[in-house]
Amino acid sequence: MVAYNWPKYGEAAVVGKEHDRIDGLEKATGAAKYTYDINLKGMLFAKILGCPHAHCKIRSIKLDAAKKADRVHAVMALKKEDDEVLWQGDEIAVVAAETEAAAAAALEKIEVEYEVLEVFVDDGDLEAAEKAKRTKGAGDEIAVAMEAEDDVDEDEFNVAELERQFKTAAAVVEGDYGISVITHCCLEPHGTTCHWDGDKLIAYLSTQNVSGTPPQFGTGLEIPASDVTVICNFIGGGFGSKFAADTWGVACAKLAKETGRPVKLMLDRDQELKVAGCRPSGFMKVRVGADKEGYVTCWDSSHWGTAGAKPGGVQLKNVPYVLLPKNYRRKQTSIITNCGPDRAWRAPNHPQAAALSLTALDDVAAKLGLDSYDVFMKNLVNATPKKMGKSMADTYEQQMKRAAELMDWKAKWHAHGKGKAKGDVVTGLGMSLHTWGGGAVKCGCTVKVHPDGAVEAYLASQDLGTGTRTVIATVIAETFGLPISGVKVNIGNSSFTEANPSGGSITVGSVSEASRRASQEAVEIIFDLAAKKLGVDADKLEAKAGRIQVRGGDRKSLSWQEACRLLGMNALEATGKYDPSKIKDSPLSSSQVGGVQMAEVAVDRRTGVVKMKTFVAVQDMGLVINPKTAKSQMYGALIMGIAYALFEERIMDEQTGAFLNCELSDYKLPRLGDVGEIVVDIWQPESEYQRGVVGLGEPPVISPGAAISNAVCNALGVRVPVLPLTPKRVLDAIQKGAKA
Amino acid sequence: MKDYTQDERLDSSFSRRSFLRGSGAAAAATAIATGTGVVEAADEAKTKIASGAGTSRIKLTVNGKSHEVEVETRSTLLDVLRYQLDLTGAKPVSIDESSGACTVIMDGKPISANTKLAMQCVGKRVQTVESLGGSKPDAVPVAFVKHDAMQCGFCTPGFVVAVRAFLDKNPQASEQDIRQGLNGNICRCGTYANVIQAAIDVVKGGK
Repeated sequence: MVAYNWPKYGEAAVVGKEHDRIDGLEKATGAAKYTYDINLKGMLFAKILGCPHAHCKIRSIKLDAAKKADRVHAVMALKKEDDEVLWQGDEIAVVAAETEAAAAAALEKIEVEYEVLEVFVDDGDLEAAEKAKRTKGAGDEIAVAMEAEDDVDEDEFNVAELERQFKTAAAVVEGDYGISVITHCCLEPHGTTCHWDGDKLIAYLSTQNVSGTPPQFGTGLEIPASDVTVICNFIGGGFGSKFAADTWGVACAKLAKETGRPVKLMLDRDQELKVAGCRPSGFMKVRVGADKEGYVTCWDSSHWGTAGAKPGGVQLKNVPYVLLPKNYRRKQTSIITNCGPDRAWRAPNHPQAAALSLTALDDVAAKLGLDSYDVFMKNLVNATPKKMGKSMADTYEQQMKRAAELMDWKAKWHAHGKGKAKGDVVTGLGMSLHTWGGGAVKCGCTVKVHPDGAVEAYLASQDLGTGTRTVIATVIAETFGLPISGVKVNIGNSSFTEANPSGGSITVGSVSEASRRASQEAVEIIFDLAAKKLGVDADKLEAKAGRIQVRGGDRKSLSWQEACRLLGMNALEATGKYDPSKIKDSPLSSSQVGGVQMAEVAVDRRTGVVKMKTFVAVQDMGLVINPKTAKSQMYGALIMGIAYALFEERIMDEQTGAFLNCELSDYKLPRLGDVGEIVVDIWQPESEYQRGVVGLGEPPVISPGAAISNAVCNALGVRVPVLPLTPKRVLDAIQKGAKA
Repeated sequence: MKDYTQDERLDSSFSRRSFLRGSGAAAAATAIATGTGVVEAADEAKTKIASGAGTSRIKLTVNGKSHEVEVETRSTLLDVLRYQLDLTGAKPVSIDESSGACTVIMDGKPISANTKLAMQCVGKRVQTVESLGGSKPDAVPVAFVKHDAMQCGFCTPGFVVAVRAFLDKNPQASEQDIRQGLNGNICRCGTYANVIQAAIDVVKGGK
């Protein structure tokens, strides 16, 4: 049995060093081929007709005129008579033609009769939704601190006790908070290029889920999953929205079958925003009671939001976020709207929960005239959940201290609304904190070592932008004592060894587990062969700096190539498999991370424009494989956070349910000049290294909403209740504050 | 019923039908006529119009090479690059110029390849991101790799070209200039901080 492990702390040669991504130049020079870039001989282009109405019944669909249109090869309905459509853009029919333009022109010739039904899209007004019968209870819970003689089952007692807590609180903050729906807005839209080789389907799919999508095609096409190969060498953004083959993927495969030609179907930009994923909104009414030092003693909240036509929204258990007071009541309501369906958006539930809850906590500091830093610190004792069996309070405390140093918090701090204005511009500080699991999932990796010393890895994982190839090469190079350039990595093909989907920050943990296991298996075999050759014990050998050598300075050694030649004619193949349901407490990976973020903003009171000055993030992630790409993920998450804190939101027309800003000219995203100074800090004391790899993709995107909102509140002395903090919302809040 | 695609929008103001009506063809040919090679294109277009085929054979100079391609009047430069020349570095991301993902350099200036008709590019020198690659890559993509100014990478080629064009014009650009001058490109993964560092690095290296 091979004892899987990482090199001792401080002894790794490749892991933990900064490496350029191995496919970087391909991406930077346009050589990388994304799904959208796959052009096959004789390829047709497919386009989808989206429903113009947000709520309607289909009376009839006539395809004949479209079928006869210029250069059209196939037309297929995706809905049938009497089907109810619940959001604008839902797929009605699809056309395959010789060019994109011909396909688009043919869509105009599809005749659909719609019976338009009543539309409801307002997700912010709970009362209006109740009146329209568009709400669905999603749970409630009450808990109070118990003493030995208390009867735990009595609701009446709990309610009375909660009210008693509010009566005795030194300060009670009551407020409304909100965070709007945003879309995933992948720059490469969802889509696929399909072609058939006899009965076998090859689908180039823009997917976060190379291993998991063949069965989905199989089901949709009624063919065995073994007849489907999914390929995704590069994916242009997913953020949680690209796990499925999707209606359009299966339709594309059917069109390819029907026409006998390869077919490319990529969503148009407006379709991408309308139907291919969004993050649920969250709105909350809350009372928070605290003692005079800002320690929260009681919490009473009701939150709601929409995930589209199905119930959903920010889960009950995530509110209040992370810092759970001893006495609380919480309630969640789903609002059913005629809006596009939600999909997992980077750290599902957490960014909204943080933006709703940790803003309310900051308002406790504002009300009591306290330093927000001290109030957050005071409440760390209530930190949930646990990390490695211990409270996260200690992690947060250390990360807060580090972040405060990097921000120079103490020197910059002023009480809420009490900073010195420079003309119309006021500055402010705000903070937030967060947690995420990020543990590895089931994943395999096959490592092949050729007799000439060449090394390859095969696994059906994908690179969402993480730098997956580089991570795998780093891990294997470490095990074999080779430079990263000595390892060729093959991912993005479902015929390779089954691997992880990329979602929930599981990629780096999973592929590190599998590739370390596979390479450790392989190197043991090479050690055995080398040991015989060198006449030493195999367990005395190590792989270092391109050699297989005796540990501790003995001169007996073979070069990597000499050792591999001992394999004989054939390559050595070793497969490493990680399955958390079978392997407990792996030394290679763990889960649960913490992070603290602090934002400094400047707000122009005249224009309402918020500008980022400085944004600091401190984050743990266990053992770091490649700090260079890890830091990029942090930068990226903070910028995506700036996007939803200050710029982006889905805007729906209340009369028609039309998605009004579904093109990039109207869907506001930050630009290069909007991000200010960003400082990221990987928090990796030895204890973090020792617990192995934990994923990083989601956690740093959680806090920006709360941290930036708190900074704006600190600058202005009034809360701008709903994200994004657009100039209008800022000016409205200032005006309301002036009246109060 | 359906939002117009870029192709159709262009078609509506510069349509094949009016092109085929003859006088329109001459007007359109004049409208796009600057630089060498245009007369040739106009002549060829007339021939095609006479034959009613609706397509024209034109010559485009891309990355220093002349390519003869058959285009529809409504074909954009981006269509031709991606589907005829298999130069897929420039990406289709938005229907207009709001994303910068299909930025190419035409006669020294950055343009969006999706808002130029292929026929407007006759006689122009078009440079795509692919020209910055190869065995001796340009300093900009090299700096992008060094500063990890990419994640998913879909916006990266457009960004690389935009930075190249910006620094060609502003070789001594300060950090402030860079922050103010490169706002035409959208990155959803959030690589702006790294792009700024990459651009600063290129300025320092004097390339």
